[in-house]
Formats: sequence, structure tokens, C-alpha cells
Amino acid sequence: MSNEIASAGSLPHGHGHTGHGHTGNEHAHGGHAHGSLQSYLIGFGLSVILTAIPFWLVMGDVLGNRETTAILITFFAAIQVVVHMIYFLHMNTRAEEGWTIMALIFTIIMVVIALTGSLWVMYHLNVNMMPVHDMSQMP
Amino acid sequence: MTVVVAPPREAAPTFHLVDEHEHAEGGSTMLGFWIYLMSDCLIFAILFATFGVLGGNYAAGPGPRDLFDLPLVAVNTTMLLLSSITYGFAMLSMERDRVGITQAWLAITGVFGLAFIGIELSEFAHMIHEGATPQRSAFLSSFFTLVGTHGLHVTFGLVWLTTLMVQVARHGLIQANRRRLMCLSMFWHFLDVIWIGVFTFVYLMGMLR
Repeated sequence: MSNEIASAGSLPHGHGHTGHGHTGNEHAHGGHAHGSLQSYLIGFGLSVILTAIPFWLVMGDVLGNRETTAILITFFAAIQVVVHMIYFLHMNTRAEEGWTIMALIFTIIMVVIALTGSLWVMYHLNVNMMPVHDMSQMP
Repeated sequence: MTVVVAPPREAAPTFHLVDEHEHAEGGSTMLGFWIYLMSDCLIFAILFATFGVLGGNYAAGPGPRDLFDLPLVAVNTTMLLLSSITYGFAMLSMERDRVGITQAWLAITGVFGLAFIGIELSEFAHMIHEGATPQRSAFLSSFFTLVGTHGLHVTFGLVWLTTLMVQVARHGLIQANRRRLMCLSMFWHFLDVIWIGVFTFVYLMGMLR
């Protein structure tokens, strides 16, 4: 009996809450977060550092090794993309009930397939189908 | 105990919500715009893949070391990064309902964006003047397509920014304008993310080739 009253009493509240979640989408947890001054400044500071280091590595030829430098700057670029996603684009797993992150994960999968597939296939095409010059046939 | 008998009109079962719950106007705009950005991301992925495949085919023409000016690229990167943070400040001012300050930060963002486009165009003009046109080699074709597409995006972002500044000046920070400003915010930061890929894989990697 008391249970029924409790549930009946909480019902309008629960309904009102879900209603708020949908109507106030742009300000409630369901929409996009805005970030604070602090989060923007942290993101900016990290971006400056993560941009400056690759430029310094390449322009100063600090390492003297192309492969290592290439791997390092790729690594810094990947971190900076994540920094931008979190601090500037305010990505999180909760925005739009998780659909934003789902779309992002799908896109990342597509991008990885397109990039690695293209580079891999075309590299092997170049290596294996390069015309062989037979110098003995030359006049 | 009374058994509640369903009224006859509910005899035919429905398998969906009869009462459509309330959707605020523009409530799905952010998700829709995000999905647009993801599709834009695929365009850039294809252009990056093209550049990755063709980037070494100079056709005995000029290569990255002959053409790229890294200090200039560093300045350009700084312009775009600064425009990102100033747009962030504009969004924070918008949250506090400060129309004037929001407009000021938007204008500063526009100036940085213009500086970026100006530097990029002067770089292109310099390259073309030296004979490094898009027709010269596969490397240059893919370079101009990739970097040019990014530049076009920034240009359209600037057009959008100007339009929104006029809108805000006319109607103030109404709900619709806030939504539009948030969409442009995502667009602008997204272009900065793409630029990370451009300066890393086109310019810095080009100098390493």
C-alpha cells in the first residue's frame, strides 16, 4: 500500500525529469557540454606544446634519424587530435546518449580502413609491378 | 481486488509509442551536425590517402624540400590554433549572455582566420609563380587538392562567422543563434583537428622525405 503511494508520488517527478532531458537538450546533460575557461586554456596549452615539439624536431633535425622522427611526430599528432576532441570539441561518452561517440568510432574505423588499405595496396603495387628495365635489350 | 479490463478500443495492439514525446526545436541539430562533420572527415581521409599514395611522385619536378617554408607553416598553425581558443572564449562569453564580448571574440577569431587564409594563399601564389602548379606533378596535384580543400573549408567558415555576427547583432543571443554558434564552434575546432593532420603528414613528413 505504502509502496504504491511512493511510486505514484515519484511518477510525476520521474516524468518531469525525462521531459527536461529532452526539451532542455542544449543545456542539460543530454546535449553538448561547453567546457570552462580552465578546460579551454588547458587544451590550448597542451596544443601549443604538442605543436611546438614536432616542428622543433623537424626544423632543428634534433634526432638525425628520419624514421624515429616520423614515428614521433605521428605520435604527437595523434595525442593532439585527442586533446582537441576532449578540450575543444567537448567529446565524451555521454553526449547525445552516446550517439556522438558511436558516430566517431564508426568514422575512425572507416578512416583507418581507407588510409591503411590505400597505402598498403598502392605500396605493394608500386613495389611488385614496377617495370623492369632490361639493359641488355638496349641498342 | 478489482481486475482492470482493457477498454475495447485498445484491443488492437500498438507496437510503438502512441504519444510522441516532446522534442525541442533544434534538439537534434547538434547530433546531425556532428554526423555531417564525420562525413567531412571521410572526405579528408580520402584526400590524405591520395596524398599518401601520390606524395612521392615528383615527376622530376620540385619536391617538398624545394617548396615548403616551415617557419611560415608554423606561423599559419599558430594563427589557426589562436583562432580556436578565441572561438572558445566567444562561446564562454555567449554562455554568460555578453553580446558585445561575444561579438568581439568572434571578430578576433575572424581576423585570425583571415590571416590563416592570407598566408596560405600567398604560399600558393609563391609556389605557382615558381612553376609548382597543380598540373606539374602528382605530388603537387594531391597537395593542392588536400590543402586547398581545407582552405576552402576555412573560407566557408569565415563566411558563416560573418553571417552569424550579423545575426547576433540583429537578434541578439537568442536560442537559434546560440545553436548556430555552437555548430560553427564544432566546425571551426574540427578544421583545426584536420590541420593537425595536414601540418604533420604533408609539411613535416614532406621535409623528412
